[in-house]
Amino acid sequence: MILEVNDLCVDYVSPQGIARAVDLVNFSLDAGEFLSIVGESGCGKTTLLFSIAQLLSPPAELVSGSVTFKGENLVTLDKSSLRAVRWRDFSVVMQSAMNALNPVLTIRAQFVDVMHAHGQKNDVESDKRFAEVLRLVGIDAVHLRSYAHQLSGGMRQRVMIAMALLLSPDLIIMDEPTSALDVVAQRSLMVQIKELQEKLGFAVIFVTHDISLVSNFSDKLIVMYAGSVVEDGPTREIFEHPSHPYTQGLLSAFPSIHGPKVRLKGIPGSPPSLTQLPTGCPFHPRCAYAMESCSTVRPPVTPVGDVKVRCLLFENAEVHVGSD
Amino acid sequence: MDQIETESASEPILSIRNLSHHFPIGRKIRRAQLHAVDDINLDLYQGEIVALVGESGSGKSTLARLLARVYRPTGGEILFEGRNIATIRSRRDLLSYRSKIPLIFQDPFSSLNPVHTVGHGLLRTLKLHRPELSREERRDSAIATLESVGLIPASEVLNCYPYELSGGQRQRIGFAQAISCNPRLILADEPVSMLDVSVRIGLLNLMTDLRNSGISMLYITHDIASARYVADRLVVMYAGNIVETGPTESVLGNPTNPYTRLLLSAVPDPMVAVKATAGDIGDPPRVIDPGEGCRFRWRCPLAMETCSVVTPPLLPVSEGHEAACHVTMRSVGENIGA
Repeated sequence: MILEVNDLCVDYVSPQGIARAVDLVNFSLDAGEFLSIVGESGCGKTTLLFSIAQLLSPPAELVSGSVTFKGENLVTLDKSSLRAVRWRDFSVVMQSAMNALNPVLTIRAQFVDVMHAHGQKNDVESDKRFAEVLRLVGIDAVHLRSYAHQLSGGMRQRVMIAMALLLSPDLIIMDEPTSALDVVAQRSLMVQIKELQEKLGFAVIFVTHDISLVSNFSDKLIVMYAGSVVEDGPTREIFEHPSHPYTQGLLSAFPSIHGPKVRLKGIPGSPPSLTQLPTGCPFHPRCAYAMESCSTVRPPVTPVGDVKVRCLLFENAEVHVGSD
Repeated sequence: MDQIETESASEPILSIRNLSHHFPIGRKIRRAQLHAVDDINLDLYQGEIVALVGESGSGKSTLARLLARVYRPTGGEILFEGRNIATIRSRRDLLSYRSKIPLIFQDPFSSLNPVHTVGHGLLRTLKLHRPELSREERRDSAIATLESVGLIPASEVLNCYPYELSGGQRQRIGFAQAISCNPRLILADEPVSMLDVSVRIGLLNLMTDLRNSGISMLYITHDIASARYVADRLVVMYAGNIVETGPTESVLGNPTNPYTRLLLSAVPDPMVAVKATAGDIGDPPRVIDPGEGCRFRWRCPLAMETCSVVTPPLLPVSEGHEAACHVTMRSVGENIGA
């Protein structure tokens, strides 16, 4: 196990009140595993990523919990030790490569920066390494001399991934790296990330709002809603037998290009504001199966087979699983 | 409404004839033309949703802006009720055109004025385009429109500021403004791509409901699955050209242009295992002074010599279904001959 997150809570403090963006999140990640975190905008998925990478800045505040990465609790590490761990042991690929790359520096200069920050000299060896990581993502080494604006969106995102690979980390955290890309570029980037992962053996945490995108790539899936994890388990299992009503809704909200054309319902209403969360289960106002107790009791984590679900429907789990 | 329905069904609302739009780029020494839209022919009829599908840079949004008369075409013409819209001069005629062919934008967060209430925008639209209404009639009409797009209670929504509404609700306001003036054809430029997955379907269903009430729509998207969900006809664009067009099921069931096939293979499908891609990394199309020849040839797995010399024309595949490709159309021709 290389990463373990325990009872993590993150609050945003504002004059309107406290918004809990990450609420008692628990999960673990093995070396070489591909974990996807899926949720809609404002469900806390990016905040969760940032709290794992210790990138939170005010008004966000990590209230409780621990992030144990390779035996060290990142939450209690000081700045200089964090700096040494970052990029060497885990790296982050941000959502918008246009904003993540420096527009006035060449790609090479930005690669050199990474090496400098980790006390490595800039020599022939490092230039070889630059060319090597670029080749891994399918970009010609001549682009070391290019600026970000000279590359297409897909190439920029590939450069970001190459940069994340520079120091051969054990974990790469990706925040919607494909959301700005077209379908074709998106598919090809996903295939490439998966191939690199199999070749180099790093673990991936992949955050996305598009549940259908990760179905074929990830080993484990976490579905978030309004700051909490509502379903957590092996990806295939969740896709074949979604338990939580929200996951079921998400999966049936995608029109398919195969099979008969049916009118889809989607999920009524819209995601709640984190400062005014409904009482009990945050999903109950939109849930088709809501019972009376849903508005008062906060559902505990209930195991259903290999999957962990936060839903009162599964309190007496055997009945439901058996009847399926 | 009756008046519209009695009009001949075969009469298109908008006819696009050999439409081109080239942007000049570069300075004196390296002057070039960016062919955003090139020689497009398309008819849009009453009561249908036509989906315009393609990657970024394929010219979809430029086409929408040409139709909304934001840009003037550099070639060809757009006929609305038999009249070339480039010849519209008077403000009254232009207002009337824009109320019949409204444009809905992609981003519901920046397309609404944050300092005015929803009612302000909606009532002003009505005042501008339907000056015959009295103040009370405008208010009643605005409330009825909001209710028809599913914003309830409408009288409260009227007094809301955009920040009080969610993304899905804001996009519904975009639709409300568009339908408040009894349009004939709505140009919807990626109306759902910024929305959350769980609310997207609601908007797509609203689009089909509007279609069923007789309003046509040009639905611009890069999401071919949502295009299949709402559209009657599909138009696939690549690098400013239409490469395939036809009834949705016919195009998806028998994709003939290699680009359409590539697009279809890239759609994520949870139920089907991933197929190895042919290494296409989604390079943007080359549209600066493209010259003759098929513009997809650099990415096409089937490209032959002819493809770099002759631009393939749109040829019929089956009833209403046309595609442009030298390679695949030849085998279609053989099948028809046999």
